[in-house]
Amino acid sequence: MDETLVAVKDVKKYYRLQKGFFSRKSLWVKAVDGVSLEIRKGETLGLVGESGCGKSTLGRLILRLEEPDEGTILFEGRNILEADAEGMKALRRQVQVIFQDPYSSLNPRKKVSSIIGEPFAIHGLAGGKEREEKVIELMEVVGLRPEQRNLYPHQFSGGQRQRIGIARALALRPKLIIADEPVSSLDVSIQAQIVNLLIDLQSQFGLTYLFISHDLNLIEYVSDWVAVMYLGKIVEWAKQEVIYEKPIHPYSEALFSASPSLDPLAKKERIPLEGDVPSPINPPPGCHFHTRCPIRIDRCSKEEPLLTPRPNGSLVACHVR
Amino acid sequence: MAPLLEIKGLKTYFFTRKGIVKAVDGLDLHIDEGKTLGLVGESGCGKSMTALSIMRLVPEPMGRIVEGSILFEGTDLVKLSEPEMRRIRGNRISMVFQEPMTSLNPVLKIGLQLAEAIELHQGLSSKEAWQQSVEMLRMVGIPSPETRINEYPHQMSGGMRQRVMIAMALSCRPKLMIADEPTTALDVTIQAQILDLINKLKERVGSSILLITHNLGVVAEVAQSVGVMYAGHMVEYADVVALFKDPKHPYTVGLFQSIPQKRGRGKREKLQAIPGLVPDLLGLPVGCKFQDRCTRVFSRCKEEDPPWLTLDGGHKVRCWLYG
Repeated sequence: MDETLVAVKDVKKYYRLQKGFFSRKSLWVKAVDGVSLEIRKGETLGLVGESGCGKSTLGRLILRLEEPDEGTILFEGRNILEADAEGMKALRRQVQVIFQDPYSSLNPRKKVSSIIGEPFAIHGLAGGKEREEKVIELMEVVGLRPEQRNLYPHQFSGGQRQRIGIARALALRPKLIIADEPVSSLDVSIQAQIVNLLIDLQSQFGLTYLFISHDLNLIEYVSDWVAVMYLGKIVEWAKQEVIYEKPIHPYSEALFSASPSLDPLAKKERIPLEGDVPSPINPPPGCHFHTRCPIRIDRCSKEEPLLTPRPNGSLVACHVR
Repeated sequence: MAPLLEIKGLKTYFFTRKGIVKAVDGLDLHIDEGKTLGLVGESGCGKSMTALSIMRLVPEPMGRIVEGSILFEGTDLVKLSEPEMRRIRGNRISMVFQEPMTSLNPVLKIGLQLAEAIELHQGLSSKEAWQQSVEMLRMVGIPSPETRINEYPHQMSGGMRQRVMIAMALSCRPKLMIADEPTTALDVTIQAQILDLINKLKERVGSSILLITHNLGVVAEVAQSVGVMYAGHMVEYADVVALFKDPKHPYTVGLFQSIPQKRGRGKREKLQAIPGLVPDLLGLPVGCKFQDRCTRVFSRCKEEDPPWLTLDGGHKVRCWLYG
């Protein structure tokens, strides 16, 4: 299994901000600023980063819910950005999404059976009795009781709603699922149930995941590969066991060291980061991280580092290391 | 030495049309001077209601403290009148909330909000209070506090706003600071900064802290003792090292097993999830409240509520497995 399912190349997404009502000058939010990534079939790529780093926007670009300004996104070798409406519809059967908030991502006026059955309706597949059978099957797969199919979303708990969202995403047997913080709004004891479900489904249906989260323990658990994002750029991209053993980029290092450990006696060798994440509206020149970097040199503020391969097989964007 | 705060048999109930919701149902806890107690539990377990009960901010008339005592420096807070309570709230006991955006007034400069409490409780002139506000901002690590004190909350980042909230909470040098999920809305690197700050300031100001969180990692970083709550009850109470090394209650054990552990190069083992749902406080069973989700349940659990059992080293647990 060494086949690339998705290849993202130099993708950029800028949003325009009007400076003032009369001002002709405009500012740009560089949400995703030249990102390249690959996700291989059957594997999970974990995308980590802090709020505003562009990880959700990247997910939306791959879903083509947003149109990138530059770059290409290949799905099974075909550029999805060139696909027409017809082609896109076919593509959407292959790529599905699970959202963070199971409260706002389900239509409150629809019964569970029509929420899970909607993908079939949109794509004109399975109707009538057959659709009902498929809905029942999907509900069983995600651990919901089929008798509950005529209830409305508000009659379910958060974890159960997330299961409904997962059933909907699975309906058309997609190849890729983009899971954008799929468990972060759930209680800890429920999180584990959903994570187990996602992993079971992956082996059952041969799914590929792009798993977006800020929870580093969770990303370590689910991922085969990990990409760390900071202000619209990937700063490190490596195999899970490699990056968790020893991250190379100073940002990854600080991020991993900031994650609280479960051992109250653990010696905290935390690498403190000063200040806040700078605004993506006007990111610092050169390496975006240089304003908070403990090991910066002159070159960092002038020249942008590129992702280059390292001896341990990782790709890292840093001048110093 | 008597503990700074001692809660005995606290019951905070909500009287709703559907029935009585026992948000806190017979809670005991104590916090020693200068110590941090971490209160852990999932949504609806009553941890925030415990905090609001101490502050006497339970939303009335729906909710009420129906029984129990909250002894703070020897005074029973439950018996105090509202004007008496007002002298303690924000002064001797203060609170930091989860969402720094909604707990600051968006139309007032942060300086005014900080100085207000100082002026009110410490009887300083407005000029002196302003001066002290600048000092407080400096103490919580806000750069150039003289200029930032004139800003509005929306001009600050989430981490900065939480620093302002902490400055406000500590401005009257309280004996007890209650922090309800103080870092939940923040990013990890900012969370690390805020936890370090809380630890540092506790030493400097000498306050005790009641830290409420669902994140066991956060508890490990700052608390000396831990209480685990489930469905309005405290089910386990121990020293932080003892609890993390050897959790006793099946619920606590389940919480730890639900969290992905360091995996390294090893093969991924399935997470041991706690089965079932977070309980509905309207339909709690007789006996142990955790019985429906417990893997080690037996007949006695369904008949009687387990009492506090004290094990070695003062580790306390409410579970019949140890009775």
